[in-house]
Amino acid sequence: MKHLKHLKWQALALSGVLSFSGSAWTGTLEDVRARGELVCGIDGGLPGFSAPDNSGKMQGVDADVCYGIAAAVLGDRDKVKFVPLTAKERFTALSSGEVDVLSRNTTHTLTRDSSLGLNFTYYNFIDGAGFMIRKAMGVDSAKGLGGARLCIQAGTTTEQAVGDFFRANSLQPFTPKPFDTSVQTREGYEAGACDILSSDKSQLAAIRSELADPGAHVILPETISKEPLGPVVRQGDDVWFNTVKWVLYAMMNAEELGVTSSNISSHSNSTNPAIARLVGKEGGLCKLISATLDDRCFYNVISQVGNFGESYEDNVGENTSIGLKREGSVNDLWSRGGLIYAPPLR
Amino acid sequence: MVEKTKVSKMGGRQIPLHRDPKVRAVAFQAAAVLFFVWSLWTIGSNTVANMEQRGIVLGLSWLDKLAPFQVGFSPFLDNVLGENTYWRIFFIGVQNTIYVSVFGIIAATLLGFVIGVMRLSPNWLVAKIASAYVEIFRNIPLLLWFFFWYFIVFLPILPGVRESISFADAVFINKSGLYLPRPVTENIGAAVVFLLICTATIAGVVYLTRWAGKRQDRTGEQFPVLPTSLAILILVPIAGFYASDSPYSLEYAQLGAFQLSGGINLTTEFFVVWFALTTYTAAFIGENVRGGILAVSHGQTEAARSLGLHHGQNIKLVIIPQAMRVIIPPTISQYLNLTKNSTLAIAIAYEEIASIWMGISLNTTGQALIIIAMTVGVFWTLSFLTSALLNWYNKRVQLTER
Repeated sequence: MKHLKHLKWQALALSGVLSFSGSAWTGTLEDVRARGELVCGIDGGLPGFSAPDNSGKMQGVDADVCYGIAAAVLGDRDKVKFVPLTAKERFTALSSGEVDVLSRNTTHTLTRDSSLGLNFTYYNFIDGAGFMIRKAMGVDSAKGLGGARLCIQAGTTTEQAVGDFFRANSLQPFTPKPFDTSVQTREGYEAGACDILSSDKSQLAAIRSELADPGAHVILPETISKEPLGPVVRQGDDVWFNTVKWVLYAMMNAEELGVTSSNISSHSNSTNPAIARLVGKEGGLCKLISATLDDRCFYNVISQVGNFGESYEDNVGENTSIGLKREGSVNDLWSRGGLIYAPPLR
Repeated sequence: MVEKTKVSKMGGRQIPLHRDPKVRAVAFQAAAVLFFVWSLWTIGSNTVANMEQRGIVLGLSWLDKLAPFQVGFSPFLDNVLGENTYWRIFFIGVQNTIYVSVFGIIAATLLGFVIGVMRLSPNWLVAKIASAYVEIFRNIPLLLWFFFWYFIVFLPILPGVRESISFADAVFINKSGLYLPRPVTENIGAAVVFLLICTATIAGVVYLTRWAGKRQDRTGEQFPVLPTSLAILILVPIAGFYASDSPYSLEYAQLGAFQLSGGINLTTEFFVVWFALTTYTAAFIGENVRGGILAVSHGQTEAARSLGLHHGQNIKLVIIPQAMRVIIPPTISQYLNLTKNSTLAIAIAYEEIASIWMGISLNTTGQALIIIAMTVGVFWTLSFLTSALLNWYNKRVQLTER
């Protein structure tokens, strides 16, 4: 009896050990399919990238990446749960598995790529940091900003970009005023806590449009850094990495091919081989990424979300409140002189 | 089985080990400790294994690397863009947290005492003002106070850099804060002599105070300590300054292209964080003081009166010393709250540890685990030191009960 009692305790302890060691891990794609929902990390408060519209629906180029992945994997763009993250929380949320993919205007840098256990897929917006200043200050070049006070959002790559710029040009040191959120940064600038506001230029345009008198402020011509922004996934899950990457590539390829959300249904039986592969009539490309994907995975992305150009014009283009002209910018297609270039679907 | 059972001196059979309450108590506690240690170990080893599996680099070598960003506010530590290691950034953050917390604790204690005593004042208006103060400051979240004082009150009312309020071209006030002249020296030897004179003066005043107290205990004669001390504290350093060949000159703030440079700058952000923490915490400390004073029975006042002590002496010598033992324990909590609440300062760009360490450094290095652990360590240490110090003080002021 005594021995048996001992055994019972040992068994209990052992089961305790085993329960801690966790179950076998399959893969993010399978997890998303089993859950029937994509969990997508976004900013949630940045107009043009990810912010709720008047009806409470998330809109923006970052949100569209989430919608696109859901359309490709689950066949329904609305099967997305958005998780708003601050700049500081985002990487921990991704690596801890709180979100499946991070689509939150995140700059691709070497440090992040190599030491955070993350993989950067591709870029859905190519940006660069810049400065905004009051016109009355009479400064027309960033080289004249030595000794200035500078409002900045903490936890972004802008601090480093500005630091590098001031060092590279041997300017007199600046005084940073790091705020926690984009809104506080703008309030601080407007109330006079600083002389300049520094951020990615796309954001400067959005912030300027929200100031009391946008005309009294000028965005300086210099772009002081490269900020390629795009979706990020965890390292070590190549199937999921490929899925996210190729959803983005498919949106770019569709634009090149002239396939849009409104005309894609007429292309279902296209004889153009490139379009036939995009809509899933030929090639079986989706199945190459993962056997669990539907042959029409890219068709779903384009029909439900639209191509890259549509997403840009709807969210940040000239006719939106952000008003970023695409023509001639780096965010235009390579064939029109921009940098948006996707590998071919074949 | 029978031959193994020993017979105790009491004559009965010995209690089996697992029914012995003492053995069981020890065994259960040992098991609890083992389980706790084992859980920690499991969590730790799982974390490390998971991080390795996901390719997250865990190490401390990055702390010696140079930080690529600028820090604006560092009252004591050196701070040059491109020359700060992450260790230095960490210590600047700790320094700024301690800096605002220490000034906040001192000011909140003084203001809290005033509010607490005012609330008990027999003067109706004074008591109501203190009540209103407590209710207003205590019932609004601290973050809102930060926004209110910073964005709505101080930034808009302070003048721009070019319209600075100036006192004798030495002291300036504008949206960037308060600028004071900075004492600078080229003659280090004379400066040391001067600092020694100042230290000796303070020591002398402390000695004088003690001597006067002892004399009063012995003879009952009072000595005018306050005016004498003030005279010594002002006159001796001035005399010493000239005697040691005027070792310091003053560096004044100068107007540059965008802001004033030089001098000592107490930034608006520092001031607002200090102001908001002080006014908010003082409401709570005021209530502690009121409670402490009310806890001293009225009989003590009657006894003091019958000994011929006037109202002020009654408060200072009879009521407050007894109230302190009730006031101190809850006030320790308020000091800890104030220190921890200083992390909200990130909302208005004061560069304390949550801002430049948990915010900016975490973002540039991605070392979340180590950075959060170090931050936790800092707040734990600060809280522990504060409460240890005050508990020691509390023990000293406790009544020795006989």
